[in-house]
Amino acid sequence: MQGSLIPNEFVVDVDHQRCRRCKRCILNCGFGVFDFQSMTTADSSKCVACHRCVMFCPEDAITITRNPLAFKEHSSWGIDSRKAIWKQAESSGMILTGMGTDLPWLNVFDHLLIDACQVTNPSIDPLREPMELRTYLGRKPDKVEIEVDDKGKPRAVNSVENNIKLETPIIFSGMSYGSVSLNTHRALAIAAQRLGTVMNTGEGGLHRELYPYKDNIIVQCASGRFGVHSEYLNAGVAVEIKIGQGAKPGIGGHLPGEKIGLEVSGTRMIPVGTDALSPAPHHDIYSIEDLRQLIYALKEATGYKPVSVKIATVHNVAAIASGIARAGADIIYLDGFRGGTGASPAVIRDHVGIPMEIALAVVDSRLRQEGIRNWVSIIAAGGIRSSADVAKAIALGADAVGVGTAALIALGCRLCQKCYTGNCSWGIATQRPELVDRLDPDWGAERLVNLINSWSLELKEILGALGINAIESLRGNRERLRALGLDSTVMEILEVKPAGV
Amino acid sequence: MIELAFQEKFSKWRVDDARVPAACGLSGLISQDGRAVGGEVIVESMRILRERGNGLGGGYAGYGIYPEHKDYYAMHIMFEDFQGKKVCEELMEANLEIEMGEEIPYRLVEGICDVPLLWRYYALPRPERLEGDGLQADDFMVKLVMDINTTVPGTFVFSSGKNMGVFKAVGSADTVGEFYELENYTGYTWIGHDRFPTNTPGWWGGAHPFNILDWSVVHNGEISSYGINKRYLEMFGYECTLLTDTEVVAYLLDLLIRKHGLPLDIACLVLASPFWKDIDSLGDQTEEDLEKSLRIVYGSALLNGPFAFIVGYSRGMVGLNDRVKLRPLVAATKDECLYVSSEESAIRQICRNPDRVWAPPAGHPVIGKLKGDV
Ligand code: SF4
Ligand code: SF4
Repeated sequence: MQGSLIPNEFVVDVDHQRCRRCKRCILNCGFGVFDFQSMTTADSSKCVACHRCVMFCPEDAITITRNPLAFKEHSSWGIDSRKAIWKQAESSGMILTGMGTDLPWLNVFDHLLIDACQVTNPSIDPLREPMELRTYLGRKPDKVEIEVDDKGKPRAVNSVENNIKLETPIIFSGMSYGSVSLNTHRALAIAAQRLGTVMNTGEGGLHRELYPYKDNIIVQCASGRFGVHSEYLNAGVAVEIKIGQGAKPGIGGHLPGEKIGLEVSGTRMIPVGTDALSPAPHHDIYSIEDLRQLIYALKEATGYKPVSVKIATVHNVAAIASGIARAGADIIYLDGFRGGTGASPAVIRDHVGIPMEIALAVVDSRLRQEGIRNWVSIIAAGGIRSSADVAKAIALGADAVGVGTAALIALGCRLCQKCYTGNCSWGIATQRPELVDRLDPDWGAERLVNLINSWSLELKEILGALGINAIESLRGNRERLRALGLDSTVMEILEVKPAGV
Repeated sequence: MIELAFQEKFSKWRVDDARVPAACGLSGLISQDGRAVGGEVIVESMRILRERGNGLGGGYAGYGIYPEHKDYYAMHIMFEDFQGKKVCEELMEANLEIEMGEEIPYRLVEGICDVPLLWRYYALPRPERLEGDGLQADDFMVKLVMDINTTVPGTFVFSSGKNMGVFKAVGSADTVGEFYELENYTGYTWIGHDRFPTNTPGWWGGAHPFNILDWSVVHNGEISSYGINKRYLEMFGYECTLLTDTEVVAYLLDLLIRKHGLPLDIACLVLASPFWKDIDSLGDQTEEDLEKSLRIVYGSALLNGPFAFIVGYSRGMVGLNDRVKLRPLVAATKDECLYVSSEESAIRQICRNPDRVWAPPAGHPVIGKLKGDV
């Protein structure tokens, strides 16, 4: 039988003059590239360019290059199209992938510019003046009712007590235990606690060991109901109903049985080694009334903690979001089509949904037109790469943003997009104990804290340049954004003026 | 066709964006016992602040100036031509019972030209129209004023409260005072404004004070949070259509105090909210809960950026700075009279020996309240 017709993507080269045969690369590579027969050898066909070997080779002996193999150029039939066809001709299946889409779609964030003060209004120096990023997530009343007691002292009657306090408007997005390792969850939980923000469990339940972090956790309840029980629902500050995910709107999930070891099995409440299948829809939600029932069921189960509803940003997102707000949700989590995933069919990841930036703008505007913006907080996620993206998302109308991919990159992820294989060399998207062990949660937490603190500092610098000293004055303030290189239709939808106006 | 749609949008933005960054002089006084003060007093105070303006806009608001019509909404309107006046009066006739309409008296003075038609009307909503719309009289008037200002060409209602009036023009504040013959009016509260716009729209309506019903605002500074304040107000039906960000101050006060029923000092906690670190260390749970709720619920109403403003309303006057005090504001008292101004000199010009002079801290309102009735 003939072997594969697909050429290697990368070429691994071991410099045998430098190599001192320590075999570290063999241990480190999660994908089994290296072997040792009298000297270190590499099977380039298995390499995913995760760089683990390169970072750990003590002699700098390893070089990974893109396979320079020439293909006959063709402007319609790119190399990736040809490879995809070979792959499917060999496998008869969907092409799986991990992480967010890698196609060069227009990135709206890269066409938005932020304002600054000059002369007529002074900028503010964040090193000298307070600069406030604190954010509260949850339903807010339309107005504060005041009652004055007999001594003339005013008191707020309606409470905002169950709003979630964040010290910075950045949270960690849901990544399930099972798709990522327990050490990844540990790092996220420790970091969230130290930062005064929250991590989202994703759909795989929460390992009991992390219950002490309950003030910094949002627990998720998805269509598979993995690990959902009453104690779990109360193990966080809020519950999230996951309807959809940006990387794979409208489809379910599939965590292969190999990833369901003893700990994952215990947490997810499914037998060891069985595939964890999340249905595409929730089988108890076929319309907005059903969603309302689940929202209130979860509120009843948790003593009325906030309920978040996570949706993928699809074409009709504004109307859907309005329905969700009216169904009683306290938070709407918009996951854009650039959002990450542990595993998704490439065709869905790359072609379904709309950019979060646009969805966020239309949802915020729609909720305002309907006068119900105060009812819900909006979390925007799916493609937040830097503090500039955070600032732009907030100016478009987000209360806070969710970061998933950026957090994993901080933990070492190289965006090799092979998460679905379970072989992540960085100990992130894997359950293989020897790989999981190499991610030290404390080390990871420190890197996450550093990252979010850096972004927070940069956000304060941006606020200062804008001449404002509280994040709420940037929120929804599209007046402080200008578009460069967007067409007039997109600008109109975003309600952002062109640069120069 | 797409090209054209863009043009339309573009022109809309142009108007919207013509909000003018301005540095200005402010002065205000209230006699809390209701004693009448002549309009020439505030003009005298503003004369000292001439340095802070550039002759491109000045104005005043006086309260208690129309005692004989005090139950009617006094509408001050400027028209570019008689055509606009005709259309506007038809619209008013359909909605209001007009007790009287007359030209606002003025004298020609040097430095003031291109005078529009300046009229005032004392009017009340027609009861049948109120019932038809199911609105309170105040809400009805706000809506009518906004309708006129957005739909009737060349027409601008520049004040609409009861027993009060705004007088403003393109010119320096002292000449504007002379132009309107303010010495012929007496009131218990006066506020004044001299303007230094950094471009020249040359539009009378663009001068301060800005007024909506009872609220008149004079403002020095720029509201950097304008974009979100405007979008927040739009949720409650306010349309920010003027050439300045100052209108959001007036609309926010109207929303917070008249519609949401917040006391004035608490509304000020919304507009220039305390920092979280101060809220966290209040030490009094009730106060902490209150201030926390206000920030959480009204974050979009926080006025951010450098400002000092003075607001006049029928029951009082308030001066307020932004939360880090990036624009000057001084206050003084003498007997029952409270003075607030950009500069101490402007107060001393009309009150030689104040009992007390102080610089209000950032974000702390100075409030003068009318005692009893007038
Ligand atoms: S890690 Fe480097 S030095 Fe060690 S065996 Fe591999 S290539 Fe050689
Ligand atoms: S998490 Fe691991 S497998 Fe997934 S893209 Fe990152 S490095 Fe690759």
